[in-house]
Amino acid sequence: MTGFFSLVRRDVLLAMRQGGAGTMAVVFFVIAVTLFPLGVGPEIDVLRRISSGVIWVAALLSCLLSLDRLFQADFEDGSLDLMALSPLPLWALVLGKCLAHWITTNLPLIIVAPVLAILLNMPAAGFPALLGAMVLGTPALSLIGAIGASLTVAQRRGGVLLSLLVLPLYVPVIIFGAGAVDAVVGGYSAAPYLMILGAMTLFAVVLSPIASAGALKLALA
Amino acid sequence: MTQPKQDAPAVGSLTGTKLAALRSERLIFRDLDFHLAPGGVVVLKGPNGSGKSTLLRMVAGFLEPAEGTLVWSDRPAEDEEESRLTRICYLGHLDAVKPVFTVRENVAFWARLSGLTDEQRIDAALSRFALDGLSDQPARFLSAGQKRRAALARLGVTDAPLWLLDEPTVSLDKASVAALGSLIAEHCGRGGMAMIATHIDLGLAQYRELDLSVFAGKVAA
Repeated sequence: MTGFFSLVRRDVLLAMRQGGAGTMAVVFFVIAVTLFPLGVGPEIDVLRRISSGVIWVAALLSCLLSLDRLFQADFEDGSLDLMALSPLPLWALVLGKCLAHWITTNLPLIIVAPVLAILLNMPAAGFPALLGAMVLGTPALSLIGAIGASLTVAQRRGGVLLSLLVLPLYVPVIIFGAGAVDAVVGGYSAAPYLMILGAMTLFAVVLSPIASAGALKLALA
Repeated sequence: MTQPKQDAPAVGSLTGTKLAALRSERLIFRDLDFHLAPGGVVVLKGPNGSGKSTLLRMVAGFLEPAEGTLVWSDRPAEDEEESRLTRICYLGHLDAVKPVFTVRENVAFWARLSGLTDEQRIDAALSRFALDGLSDQPARFLSAGQKRRAALARLGVTDAPLWLLDEPTVSLDKASVAALGSLIAEHCGRGGMAMIATHIDLGLAQYRELDLSVFAGKVAA
């Protein structure tokens, strides 16, 4: 367990010191969302209707932005070799790296999301649902992304390939994530949506480390 | 004595039998046998491309032998995976030193990852390679040789009985080579083992040479 938490701590520290990924994802998130009113036009009703969807799509793309470095930096400087030989099993390593990625990338997105929701005129009733859906759904984004990141770790320019691999797998998350807000705004309960999002995250917690560990093993051979 | 006392690693010997390595259809070596008993050192010799690194990565378990077996005398072959994670310290070409972390943070992370939290031992490992003065420097300001020393300092914070060192002396000065030599000698004195690919005399009192060019395979059709 010490090993697991020292890995998470190290990755979070590393992200903070390098100042890259996390800040970049948030800035991208904000800019991408602000582009929509400019493109779609400032009609308040239109923006209100698309707000949850826009926020989810932008969050998903920002998350993707930092995923290609999830394992690559450690692969390139030999750290991954050593981690693979540490007493920490490979799946736990993947889990730790996903947790660190979530803390450094997705958590800041969740914090900014309400501000952007105001910008898009999302009804106040939708806010708790948006936050709940993001808290429950974004871990799945990191975890599913880890599979793609480990498959493309040895590729020089794996970023695009990673997006192609991972984006289709994000579809359920975005459907139920945006759906939760729409449900509440439409007068229904968000609970079923949140439960399904939670289920997807749990599913990913179990499966993705195994898949990812397998892919990493291939990359290290 | 700067080195805090450690438990003597009580393990069996490691035997490789009839090992063969394939790298993208090319046979690197075959029918390679080796035996490492507690306290033993095997120095790998051979021209570039003769498979020194490949053999080390194979023993480390990154690479499956195309043929042959690697067995610990005190463990059944099925436990090979677990033996590997707890018994091997691998040090490859790459330093795995993060430029934004200080020297101490770098070494301390690898110590903690393997569950070791003894701060004194980390200090001892650093002073062993004359890094105490540099311990608070971010690693990006280090020279190539100093980075290498930071990587080597990891050997001081591992309890793994088998060290796999791939060209550990690259860019080291004479004093550091001597420090490395004495560290290896101490390790073997405690019953540890080492397999080293090097062309430099490390000043070891006794070791066995394994010339890989003898086992060179022919190019497979």
